[in-house]
Amino acid sequence: MTELLQLVVNGLVTGTIYALGAAGISLVFGPLRIVNFAQGDYLTFGAFAAALVNITWGRDMVLATLFALVATAALAVAIEFVLWRPMRRRGAKTMSLFITSIGLAFILRSSILFVAGNGERSYRVDVFQSYSIGGIRISEPQLISITVALTAIAATALLLARTSFGRAIRALADSVELASVAGVDVDRMVISIWILVGMLAGLCGVLAGLVQSSFDANLGFNLLLPLFAAVIVGGVGSPYGALLGGLALGQVQELSTWSGFFGGVNPIWKPLIAFSVLVAVLLWRPQGLLGRARTL
Amino acid sequence: MSQLLSLDFWSLVGAVSGIYAVFALGLQLQFGYTGLLNFGHVASMAIGAYTMAILVVKAHVPLWGASLAAIGAGMLFGAALSLPTLRLRADYFAITTIAIGEIVRYFALNEQSLTGGPLGTSNLGGSTQVTEYNTDWLSFQSTVQGWLHDLVGHYAGTDFAMLVIVWVIVLLCLLVLTPMTRSPWGRVLRAIREDEDAAAALGKPVAWFKLQSLAIGAGFGAMAGLLYAFEFQFFSPDDFDPLITFYAWLIVLIAGAARLWAVPIGALIFGLIFSGTRFFNFKPFTYLDAAQLAYLRLMIIGAILIALMAWRPQGLFGKREEMVLE
Repeated sequence: MTELLQLVVNGLVTGTIYALGAAGISLVFGPLRIVNFAQGDYLTFGAFAAALVNITWGRDMVLATLFALVATAALAVAIEFVLWRPMRRRGAKTMSLFITSIGLAFILRSSILFVAGNGERSYRVDVFQSYSIGGIRISEPQLISITVALTAIAATALLLARTSFGRAIRALADSVELASVAGVDVDRMVISIWILVGMLAGLCGVLAGLVQSSFDANLGFNLLLPLFAAVIVGGVGSPYGALLGGLALGQVQELSTWSGFFGGVNPIWKPLIAFSVLVAVLLWRPQGLLGRARTL
Repeated sequence: MSQLLSLDFWSLVGAVSGIYAVFALGLQLQFGYTGLLNFGHVASMAIGAYTMAILVVKAHVPLWGASLAAIGAGMLFGAALSLPTLRLRADYFAITTIAIGEIVRYFALNEQSLTGGPLGTSNLGGSTQVTEYNTDWLSFQSTVQGWLHDLVGHYAGTDFAMLVIVWVIVLLCLLVLTPMTRSPWGRVLRAIREDEDAAAALGKPVAWFKLQSLAIGAGFGAMAGLLYAFEFQFFSPDDFDPLITFYAWLIVLIAGAARLWAVPIGALIFGLIFSGTRFFNFKPFTYLDAAQLAYLRLMIIGAILIALMAWRPQGLFGKREEMVLE
């Protein structure tokens, strides 16, 4: 039982991080129809922005995280202006936007590597401080990560559900034309979406870097496929679905190693669980667990 | 600067471009003719290379038999890939194929007893045994080198022999694919690419044609994997990074959809970009180290992908009527 609870806690650590990252991908896909392959590198950018403040400048982690949020949001907005908006004006459709985002991913990752090198880095936090509650161990970074991520998830969900901004996003996701006719200022909304997505990506990157003992420039790319899996599990274009998909995927990945489950999957295969879940969900329910059939 | 004049160096660049041309031809069939967005093409390369090496080292199968089996394994993989994925929408198909490519690489990385794990093929027979899968290949290569020596004299080095072998294979692939794609079979593939429902309404078994396209394309991928294994004489799971798939995409997007003979040109352009950064030995590039030059290369590749999408979505050599990415 303790083992099972421990796995649930571990799954919560991974799952909350997946949820933040997946929500970002979903928020971009809904209104903009961009399958953003570069999202992983937005996360890496956030993690490295925080590393600059925390490691190079030696300031504390809270400041570093806030800096990462602002920097990643600024990056996302800048890329909207120099890349996505001109591409949309040229009439680029989903598939060419997809390939554009792959090119963008290469440029971002190689720029980060170019400036920061390919060394491993670790935030200056105490990774050995840990708590034990009823036999379940959780390290301080993990506890912080869960708390911050759950707060951010709740805030995002509330923002989408209860504010006029959230309603406008959901309207855009349904139909840009209809939303525009109904008086939504599309260009301004798109900028706001990128700010939100950048902040989510920055936070996700920092937390992912925090709970790993060290990370390099592949941090975001390694998370990208599980994030896509979470988006698809939740139903493409549904940000709530992405949040839940991320949480669920984290649980599935950890619980698969439970010894009560046919002896448990060898932990080295854990990354494959996300891919297998992805393939399985697409076969069984291509519209996602919460998605509507007509979106396919 | 002497490298600029070195025949061995350019032979290597040319041979690697040729290998990527074979690889990209497979993708051209799948994407350019059938419209399938295969983002996990590298998996077929891995399966080809590993099948051959494992059969030669572990089962002592002769090289030629093992190579045929490798191409067969690649085609089987392509066919198997089609079964669960073909009813997916294009972007889902793309993401699923990346995931499947990564599953193959993870498998090669972790099934140490079968694949040698992260140490690659040097560990294929366990740590106690020296393993080489390419002894027969090297003797074939030196035979070819002998023939070439009679033709062109002392220019015929080992790298030059490999260059000739690879490009003869590229030519053979083109000569096989050209009549295939111009046949009624090829026209059905293009009909599927343009409008799947219309092709189905005309009574064409769409899924069966897509399966064939994926299987044959993966066969070319496996063949590229074999050539890759012979060229570098060693490989490990790291050689089959998802990035490799996008090199093939770059080549096909330069060539344009359904442009077979432009694929080798695209591959040569790619080869030049790939090796060209080596010659950035003037300011300001002299301030950069080798790793930074490699990052610069990836940056250039990313920029070309974006530029193609922005200004020539039909490819450098493609026709707009043939296909523009939706």
